[in-house]
Amino acid sequence: MAVSSPGGLRVAARVERQRRQKGREFRRLLPIYLFILPGMALFLLWTLYPLLDALVMSFFDWIPNPNMPSTFIGLQNYAQALSDPIFWQAFRNVFAYTIVTVIGQIILGLAVALLLNRKIMALGFFRALYYIPVVTSWVVVSLIFAYLFSSNNGPVDWFLGDVLHLIPDNQSWLGSTTLALPTLMILGIWKGVGFNMVIFLAGLQSIPAELYEAARVDGANRWVLFRSITLPLLRPTVTFAVVILTMGGFGSFIPMYVLTGGGPLHSTETLLTYAFTNAFSSFDFGYAAAITYIFAVIVLLLALIQIRLVSKKVQY
Amino acid sequence: MLTTLEKASCTSRGRGLGLWRRGGRLLLYLLLIGGAAIMLSPFLYMVGISLSPHAYTLPSPVDVIPTHPTLNNYISAWTDGNFGQAFFNSAVVACSATAITVFLSATQAFAFARYRFPGRTILFYGMLATMTVPGIVLIIPQFVLASRLGLTNSRLGLILVYATGMAFGVYMLKGFFEEIPQELFDAAAIDGCGVLRTFWSIAIPLARPALAAVTIFGFSANWEEFTWAVISTNDASLYTLPVAVQQYYSAHGSNWGIIFAASVIAVVPEIAVFLLFQRQFVNGIRAGGMKG
Repeated sequence: MAVSSPGGLRVAARVERQRRQKGREFRRLLPIYLFILPGMALFLLWTLYPLLDALVMSFFDWIPNPNMPSTFIGLQNYAQALSDPIFWQAFRNVFAYTIVTVIGQIILGLAVALLLNRKIMALGFFRALYYIPVVTSWVVVSLIFAYLFSSNNGPVDWFLGDVLHLIPDNQSWLGSTTLALPTLMILGIWKGVGFNMVIFLAGLQSIPAELYEAARVDGANRWVLFRSITLPLLRPTVTFAVVILTMGGFGSFIPMYVLTGGGPLHSTETLLTYAFTNAFSSFDFGYAAAITYIFAVIVLLLALIQIRLVSKKVQY
Repeated sequence: MLTTLEKASCTSRGRGLGLWRRGGRLLLYLLLIGGAAIMLSPFLYMVGISLSPHAYTLPSPVDVIPTHPTLNNYISAWTDGNFGQAFFNSAVVACSATAITVFLSATQAFAFARYRFPGRTILFYGMLATMTVPGIVLIIPQFVLASRLGLTNSRLGLILVYATGMAFGVYMLKGFFEEIPQELFDAAAIDGCGVLRTFWSIAIPLARPALAAVTIFGFSANWEEFTWAVISTNDASLYTLPVAVQQYYSAHGSNWGIIFAASVIAVVPEIAVFLLFQRQFVNGIRAGGMKG
């Protein structure tokens, strides 16, 4: 018989060996996959699937009731957004909000970091104080600002109006179409200074002290040191801050939702408050999903552009 | 002191510098204290008004510190205002979600860091890539999914969605597990330790600092999460603190005494966690900043 021939036996032995090897490989891999499985299952169900579901939704006139058919409308939701004046106003608002708050946070955060980056007493104490707004919930800091800027004898109104006479009595802040967004910008900057301080402090401390000493020997003054050593070497930190803060700024939602609801007259509407209203007040989920996808694409593009522009390698 | 003098006498500007320096230091501290006052005065108003007997506003914005402080606002917030229930909800949701996240990110990070297996690269980078997607893009379809599964308006729905935010933990812990010397794992293998034993008795004890950082970040994010909570819960008995405070504010806008008492209740745990674990916070943020 063929099997009893030496060649046939060798084949059978190899097959057997491979089968055992596979069995061993399976036994090696099984516990590893069991380690991954629970987390991956949660991730696939609650992150990946919703992400794709929202993409599908954005191509439909999507109806929340599962018993009613949703209609496929192609790119109409996207076209609707591009011709929707409120969408563009929301876009302009977040754009302005992002530019002002990112610049404000970086400048002030860097300034505080420069002040703290020397031998001073109570460094840890100051660092903790400046960081406290960062770890305080957005809802609560928003409410504190609602109080500070309340038109009826709020502290800011009182100080600028009754004490300094710079503004009319009972000036409205969050209720004014021109002042509501700037008020929210002040809140955004105030809340973010501490975060920037910490990352810039880390960046400053990673600059080797010898560089400064060498430059000082060459007679450079403080401003020259700052311009030619500190700033260039902080470039990676600045890139990181700009990218992270731009994402945050474009994604602003809670302070607007809590303080103004996007009003008055959409003057503080952001892309996300607008998407939220479309989904949960008008139940136009398809349109809301399209807005969030446009938003995600903008944020990703901006991040890529910023990384390209800002991060050139610096070598000394 | 001597060194300063020596340095001063070495420079061309000579003697006036000592005085200059001292003036500069004074200015430095003045700036720092002024800045700290700006950062903190809003909190002073919150605390002051929460302790003040006038229910609605203060007599004058200068009187931040009430002359007759009282805890009445806290008592009525905790009992009538439903904030005791909200505190309980926040604690249950934030603690369970954080525990799940930390456990699942540790097991995944360990497998990604120490073993080769088919699909390793695509699974890890696939998960990492979703970190760049702003969370709010997810919230609308997550709401649809949760309503199909009957998980809206429930604590379980809150916990599951919060627990899903694992990517950061996986990323951070993977880096940490990779730095553990291979010899330790080799020794464990010779002793016949399986994956589970190696994980539990070698990797986890060594990763304690990183696990602490992931726990603290996770807890404070879950404690203050607002958007998913306000979308998915309707019953006041299920509100977490941020939602309860916001809902109270939109219903009783000018009752600042209670609003700020509730706000203090909402922020004290997260500020306390920060002050206790400052080092982990700062190091975690630095780790993020350095990779950029």
